[in-house]
Amino acid sequence: MDVIFKSIFSTVFFYTILRVATPLIFVSMAALIVRKGGIMCIAFEGMMLFAALGGVIGSALTQNLFVGLLLGTIFGVTIAMIFAYFVLVLQSNNVLTGLALNILGSGGTVFLLFALTGEKGTSSSLRSLQVPHWNIPIIKDIPILGEIISGHNLFTYLAFLTVILVYILVYKTRLGLRIRSVGENPQAAESVGIKVIRTKVISLLIGGLIASFGGMYMSMGYLPFFTRDMMSGRGFIGIAAQNLGGGIPLNTMLSAMLFGSAEAVSNVFQSLRLPSEFVQMLPYIVTIVGLISIGGVKKESKSKIKRIKEIKESTHE
Amino acid sequence: MASVSHLFHLEIGVRIMSENIKVEEYILSMENITKIYSNGFIANKSVNFKVRKGEIHALIGENGAGKSTLMKVLFGQEQPDSGEIFYKGKKTNITNPLVALHMGIGMVHQHFMLVPSLTVAENMVLGVEPGKYGMFSYKEAVKLTNDISKKYNLPIDAEAKIMDLPVGFKQRVEILKILLRGVDVLILDEPTAVLTPQETDELFKQLKVLKEKGYTIIFISHKLHEIKKLCDNLTVLRNGRVTGTAKVSDLTEQEISKMMVGRDVFLTIKKDVAQPKETVLSVKNLSWVDKHGKRVVNNLSFSVRAGEILGIAGVEGNGQRELTNLIARLEENQIGEILLYGKSIAKQSIREIREQKISHISEDRMTFGTVYEATIEENIISDRFYKKEFNKNYLMDAKKIKNHVNELIKEYNVRTDSKDLPIRTLSGGNMQKVVVAREFSSDPKLVIANQPTRGIDVGASEFIRKKLVTLRDQGAAVLLVSADLNEVIEVSDSIVVMCDGSIVAYLKDAKRVTEEQLGEYMLGIKKQSDEELREVVHD
Ligand SMILES: Nc1ncnc2c1ncn2[C@@H]1O[C@H](COP(=O)(O)OP(=O)(O)OP(=O)(O)O)[C@@H](O)[C@H]1O
Ligand SMILES: [Mg+2]
Repeated sequence: MDVIFKSIFSTVFFYTILRVATPLIFVSMAALIVRKGGIMCIAFEGMMLFAALGGVIGSALTQNLFVGLLLGTIFGVTIAMIFAYFVLVLQSNNVLTGLALNILGSGGTVFLLFALTGEKGTSSSLRSLQVPHWNIPIIKDIPILGEIISGHNLFTYLAFLTVILVYILVYKTRLGLRIRSVGENPQAAESVGIKVIRTKVISLLIGGLIASFGGMYMSMGYLPFFTRDMMSGRGFIGIAAQNLGGGIPLNTMLSAMLFGSAEAVSNVFQSLRLPSEFVQMLPYIVTIVGLISIGGVKKESKSKIKRIKEIKESTHE
Repeated sequence: MASVSHLFHLEIGVRIMSENIKVEEYILSMENITKIYSNGFIANKSVNFKVRKGEIHALIGENGAGKSTLMKVLFGQEQPDSGEIFYKGKKTNITNPLVALHMGIGMVHQHFMLVPSLTVAENMVLGVEPGKYGMFSYKEAVKLTNDISKKYNLPIDAEAKIMDLPVGFKQRVEILKILLRGVDVLILDEPTAVLTPQETDELFKQLKVLKEKGYTIIFISHKLHEIKKLCDNLTVLRNGRVTGTAKVSDLTEQEISKMMVGRDVFLTIKKDVAQPKETVLSVKNLSWVDKHGKRVVNNLSFSVRAGEILGIAGVEGNGQRELTNLIARLEENQIGEILLYGKSIAKQSIREIREQKISHISEDRMTFGTVYEATIEENIISDRFYKKEFNKNYLMDAKKIKNHVNELIKEYNVRTDSKDLPIRTLSGGNMQKVVVAREFSSDPKLVIANQPTRGIDVGASEFIRKKLVTLRDQGAAVLLVSADLNEVIEVSDSIVVMCDGSIVAYLKDAKRVTEEQLGEYMLGIKKQSDEELREVVHD
């Protein structure tokens, strides 16, 4: 027990939370934008897998990090656009399309990997590049705080920046207002001349872009290579975080971090040689409990409850 | 009557109009418009529709006649299959609403086109958002809203969320929204259907001001007195064709309704004196609080007996909707009691209540009355699909259901090609008829009818009102809520008036009530004593 507490209340543990929450924050923001546009999309796993592989291939072939990032983004966004084409233009079922693209992500990346390297498991034979870590000047020297928030992968900082950018996009820009209106009442948006489909496609484009960063972080930061099915459900947890956060950027980020903490805890437990099946369940259990608890709480406003009490009292007299 | 019947002929109608008016005076002219929906339904058949600058032109016709369709074509939401549109003398091709708005044509739709979770200001500027570099300046939007609202003297709270606004204000936002875009022609598709008489008066004042400022207005309504009061000319559609066009002042209401329906319509209803029997519904000290803590229903007590129609008059938004929703169990957490045959409904499910032969027509057909994507058949059997009579062994009896639904479609004159079309393809009034058909055909013992004839044409309204009286004569208790005072007085046996969530008057004999009298109670100018009000409780 003592060991557990020690490892949980250490700076390393909090550092880990930020580290493992990074991809979740990215996907949850992607899910948020897409959801605001009124689209139910579950294809984030597929987008992330392709982006992760694209980044590895691009950087390995050119030995240029920027080209790697570019190729990863193109891969991820392409999946998002395929989704857009099928669901928005051809009007196919969104769940089935999402499912198909996730399976494509799982099989297609392995296929590409095999074609390129002859391997089916990991890309470790490719000399791909990694996104650097950043020791924040001054902050890195503050005890505790410095150890927790400094020295992360640049992607981690980008994830938090994305939250702010998404907030601005959704609530402070013209496009954001249009995305929200299209998501909530497409007829109304159309009646004032907003192009509904185009706006939805744009929200998917942005979502695909953000999800791609989450994917590339996995293969160019979290791990130094691509492995098959390396997202292991993160795309879905991101969607769950978006739901738990009620579509509000800050709350969504906090939910993503909650799920991240669960994963960090499970990492700690793993090193303690507890049954690994149980430990690996943890993040998903937290997700389910989180979703049930928001679904279960019916929101009666406080002022209403108070008023009912008052009236009941006054009629008793 | 001869003078009316010749108006049916398009040629003559057009001749009357063109005798002393030059063609250039038409700001707008739609010629030979034909619109066929993708399911093959012909909604407009070579329609000619002309409007002069600065007039208020009424477009009238039965439910499903094609009025909304024609206006959607004009607004660029639907593309005509043939025909031409001339605007300010020039031939135009209106491919989408943006083109229409740019040209100066704006439309307020029959069902609101607002985003509920956004504020008034955000809705106002949607599509033409102020701000630089892609940013959206909310402050600027609020300012624009306030400016335009001042300019046209239509006060509105720019920062309120749409979902918190009463319908009258939503309507106002819709009108302001198109004024903001600087249009010259306003299309108003049944703008008064959801308004109270006071709000309607207010709207008419505003529309007349707009007319004086040179705006052209196309006005759709089923309420003939409104047409008489507001409009200069009218065009009648029937079954997708223009059947006449005339000057409003040349016609009486009776004549107009005949033009629309093709037969004489009785605007008054014949009925015998009610024979009330046992109490079916009794409401005791009922109160209800909304989510803002406001006491919307305030200590109501009344009862409705079998064989009588109790009307509830009142300006909309004075607790009527909440009251009927509570009785139908769509709303919970009431204080006080609602008794059905002497038994409290508090613990009963909606199905249990319906099993006791309660029918409910909600004022909000889009939320509670219909399943938008489901077919007409599915909507009709939604309250009875599980019953023995519609099931054979463990499966539904498709044949029986089909016959049942087709009979109802015929009886209630729902204009549609097939029972298997989604209900959303129906015109507004025909959707309402489907709801009424379902609720009236379940052999009800208590009918709660909230705005049963909203958006329904004169002919069909007459039918529904008569049906209410027939149900009463068969021994049903009827609770009729309506913002249409004429309807309340005509149909009800006795009337209660609601104001601010409370009952302020009980008028035992509806026959001797005048609209003015009701008006005084509705606006809270007068209130009866507690003794008088106690008489509405019959046990
Ligand atoms: N999208 C659609 N697809 C198929 N048919 C449609 C569609 N929209 C409307 N219709 C049909 O076209 C006809 C005309 O509809 P429209 O809405 O123009 O009637 P309306 O005159 O406005 O009636 P109301 O007074 O009831 O509003 C109706 O019979 C309706 O069922
Ligand atoms: Mg209509």
